[in-house]
Amino acid sequence: MRRGLRDVLFVVLPVVIIAAVAPLLYANELLLFSFVMYLTLAQGLNAIYGFTGYLPFGYVGVFGAGAYGFAISVMILGLPPFAALAIGAAAGVMLGLLLTPLLRLSGAYFAIANLAAAQAVYQVVSNPALQDITKGPYGVSLSEVFAPRLSYEVGVAVLAATLLAMAWLRNSRFGLSLQAIREDPISAAMAGVAVVRGRTIAWLLSALIAGLTGAVFAWHISVFYPETAFDIGISIFATVFTLFGGAATLIGPLLGVLVLYGVYNTIGITVPQYFQLIYGALIVGLVLFLPDGLVSLLTRRGIRVP
Amino acid sequence: MSPEPLLRVDRLVKRFGGFRALDGVSFHLVPGEVLGLVGPNGSGKTTCINVISGLYGRDGGSVTFRGRDIAGSRAHMLARRGINRTFQSPRPFLSLTVRENVEIAAWNGRGDGTKADLDGLLEQLDLHRHAGRAAGDLNSAQQKTLDLARALATAPKLLLVDELAAGLNPAELTRMAERLRELARGGMALLVVEHLMGFIDHVTDRVIVMNAGREIFEGKLGEATRDPEVIRVFLGTAHAR
Ligand SMILES: Nc1ncnc2c1ncn2[C@@H]1O[C@H](COP(=O)(O)OP(=O)(O)OP(=O)(O)O)[C@@H](O)[C@H]1O
Ligand SMILES: [Mg+2]
Repeated sequence: MRRGLRDVLFVVLPVVIIAAVAPLLYANELLLFSFVMYLTLAQGLNAIYGFTGYLPFGYVGVFGAGAYGFAISVMILGLPPFAALAIGAAAGVMLGLLLTPLLRLSGAYFAIANLAAAQAVYQVVSNPALQDITKGPYGVSLSEVFAPRLSYEVGVAVLAATLLAMAWLRNSRFGLSLQAIREDPISAAMAGVAVVRGRTIAWLLSALIAGLTGAVFAWHISVFYPETAFDIGISIFATVFTLFGGAATLIGPLLGVLVLYGVYNTIGITVPQYFQLIYGALIVGLVLFLPDGLVSLLTRRGIRVP
Repeated sequence: MSPEPLLRVDRLVKRFGGFRALDGVSFHLVPGEVLGLVGPNGSGKTTCINVISGLYGRDGGSVTFRGRDIAGSRAHMLARRGINRTFQSPRPFLSLTVRENVEIAAWNGRGDGTKADLDGLLEQLDLHRHAGRAAGDLNSAQQKTLDLARALATAPKLLLVDELAAGLNPAELTRMAERLRELARGGMALLVVEHLMGFIDHVTDRVIVMNAGREIFEGKLGEATRDPEVIRVFLGTAHAR
């Protein structure tokens, strides 16, 4: 518990404060929002992947469900933004619940089935036949609730709540029991851990985070298309950032986002012709030399990181 | 009056495809008793432990623990009810520390072990010096001992031990045998699978000899070694001694 408090004071709090004041220092709010979004999504993915070893390739499906849950609540139901956020989060959790039977599969099959599910949701949302509800492939416009500053602040609040939840997982008995499942589900069962229930809770937490993040995303950008909200690149980024920094820790995914998304936004924009090469080399190098992520530079030496 | 059996295994059958790994095995165990389970490679000893501990379902017969059939109970429920085991090739949580390995079992297994109990457990098993190390850094014999520590942290009433002695040196063997006897004196029932006959002789009250999924002998180890069928089964195998 003392360790948990330390993580909150020295990791969660600084990150949240910096994210909250950043718009005062830097004008590109959309870029800042993207950082906040990936910081949150990487942690959400960490909840399921880092703690139970299940990699949801289709994580963006839950994110997109949250975005469309928000959009439909505003467009069709005429709900105010905060109620629409709740619906978006609920949409993410509902999709997560629908997919819980996949947790009985082994890891590789879970990853593939999860991706297929995301594609299925995308197909439904972008179907022109459902245009009256989803606007189909023509995209949504939520100009009546557009509020870039407020939605950014809500995004930071979601990040804060996510980081607190992850600090708890990192330091709690429940979180450690989840890691036992990741290490060896059979041994975990012999230790008395309810394996399927543990995976289910981690996955629903992960889905809640993605659904909520998707809803805030929809609010913040307010005009988007199915390809935007279900862009597989979002899954890939969240996964790569988490792995690069180091899964199952609090600071790993944070580092991953700051370094890789930072690199992406500097060389990706200034020297786009070299970007793919540098980015690819960075990732290959990491997989080869630091398969457990940047934090393993410390953990290998027996140093515990938050 | 003899005590009520803690575990009753009755005509247990386990098939893999058409192959019967267990073909009608029956025995029982009372609290405080140590039963040895011996037999050549592939005779079904580990399979028997896997069924009793809830990892495998069964295809016939019954397993009754504390008066209730375990059918349909998942392994973690059985662990909480008091059945635990070690693995023939050890399976600790490799990237977690030795202490965390044991803590997880104490928290989830309803072993209500306090911090002091866990320290004592690690100390008894000579694991306390490694408490902060990753389980993956231990050697195989230490990992087996850690399996045992994890099982004990759930405070089992029935402990199934699968070839714990392999890889231990003579001094460690003696200590391990003493520990198992000590657990039995405390009321725990133990099923001990082992190839080392000296160890079996030292630890068990009674043995069952299995061959090809069937029981071919039950009684004292000393009598087993004079039983013609047992001699025939073991003759020429590496373990005939
Ligand atoms: N999961 C499984 N799938 C198919 N066959 C299996 C499985 N587990 C065990 N068997 C088979 O069942 C038989 C009994 O195996 P088991 O592991 O119980 O033997 P054992 O008595 O423990 O042998 P050993 O002394 O070598 O450990 C063997 O023929 C084995 O190949
Ligand atoms: Mg075996």
